[in-house]
Amino acid sequence: MQSIPDNSAVSLAASPSMVTVSIRDLHLSYGKLEVIKGVSLDIRRGEVVCIIGPSGSGKSTLIRCINGLTPFQSGSITVGDQQVGDAKLDKIRLRRKVGIVFQQYNLFPHKTALQNVMMAPLKVLKEPRAEVERRARELLAKVRLAGKEDSFPGELSGGQQQRVAIARSLAMRPEIMLFDEVTAALDPETVQEVLLTIRELAEDGMTCVLVTHEMAFAREVADHVYFTDGGKIVEHGPPEEIFGSPQDERTQRFLSRLL
Amino acid sequence: MKSFARSGVLGLVCAFIAAPAYAADVSTGPCGFCVLWDWIPFILNGFALNVVISILAMMLALVLGIGLGLMQISESKLASVPARFVTQLLRNAPWIVILFMIMSLIPYRIEVQGWGNFILSDWIKATFAFSLPVMANVSEILRGAVASVPKGQWESAESLAFSRGQSLRWIILPQCVKQMIPHLMNWFALLVLATPLASIIGVREAVGSAQAAMESAGSSPTLLIPFYFFLMMIFFIFIYPVAIWSRRLERNYAINS
Repeated sequence: MQSIPDNSAVSLAASPSMVTVSIRDLHLSYGKLEVIKGVSLDIRRGEVVCIIGPSGSGKSTLIRCINGLTPFQSGSITVGDQQVGDAKLDKIRLRRKVGIVFQQYNLFPHKTALQNVMMAPLKVLKEPRAEVERRARELLAKVRLAGKEDSFPGELSGGQQQRVAIARSLAMRPEIMLFDEVTAALDPETVQEVLLTIRELAEDGMTCVLVTHEMAFAREVADHVYFTDGGKIVEHGPPEEIFGSPQDERTQRFLSRLL
Repeated sequence: MKSFARSGVLGLVCAFIAAPAYAADVSTGPCGFCVLWDWIPFILNGFALNVVISILAMMLALVLGIGLGLMQISESKLASVPARFVTQLLRNAPWIVILFMIMSLIPYRIEVQGWGNFILSDWIKATFAFSLPVMANVSEILRGAVASVPKGQWESAESLAFSRGQSLRWIILPQCVKQMIPHLMNWFALLVLATPLASIIGVREAVGSAQAAMESAGSSPTLLIPFYFFLMMIFFIFIYPVAIWSRRLERNYAINS
């Protein structure tokens, strides 16, 4: 079971509105396989949180729980004023608040880049087309894809597709963005362009939660780093501490293998 | 491919012209082709019914089959279990059995209150009967197509706040159309080819008409080859362009992906 350090408990009490995601004692298993064994963490507004750890440590499952894609057995997740585990949860409202980008992009192959970005605001939020299109073009320009509006996903590189996926998620104007190993399927050359997009997003003040294997990027961009292993948070803290002087032996071993 | 098709048509036409002459040589009897010539309008008249039955049955099968398919993939067991049962039952029944059952189950006359009486002639019953197995197969084609869309598409739609129905309508089904077209075309061809079964219950479609024509022309064996060749030709001429058209349609939907 993970204990929340004192300083965060203090800040939590001092300004609860700053905490936008709060996870308490989360447990999740697939049949007999326990994937998450009691995880607690807080994410504050505007913060960039990176979750690192070996494969199979439950990182991806953890962030998929935050927007209700993966149901969990016990514990609680609070996002803003919503309880994710609530049976009567308004999922539509939760997902407008929390965007997610996947490792495999999952763009809609039958729609152009622009249509991919416009789809949800048009069909789900039922916003006026002209306004949606203006914003979609802005977003594509923001992720450096101006000129690719009419390309189909199949005509774009992996890095370009992933940036369309980011723009598509941003089109819902989320308060929090989740990134699930978004560079893991990319060529080394295109990883940087996607990381640049995420960095700019973080600099704009977007609350970001990243599951990543890009340690250099995590160290540079994160406000707080969580190291998970075996379904638990082993250690967490500012990046300088986790990467500079890891306390737990498992963290040390994991990081030394990568460096 | 194209030139192969063309030479195939040419070969068929040659065989069609040569066959009556050959048949007339080996057995004594009237010139089969000459007799056929007189009966062509009568047979084509019957064939019009094959066309009407198959097109109406296909439209009915598409509407009902898509509905049944959507019920099959419904999250409610109340809808999916009966839909799966009906689909499997009708997919795995001989068409002629379905035809006989519909003939005896549906009354000749239906009274609709305030609308008067409706006569259900045999060809209408046959149309309905043929639409049932095709409906079941359309339902299964839809279920299979939806199942083949990668799970990630559902997930990204879901995480963009699409409801299940919206995901189906805007994301999943549009991706199914392209892969469904060749299967639907295949079932349309099978449907057209099955329409002569209706002659068994007395519907005067092309094959039944041709048989009646041969009988009234004296049932000479010299008639068999020209008449049946003619039937093959008209079915081929009707179905083959549909196959070409469906391939073109498929290409239009193939834009990337």
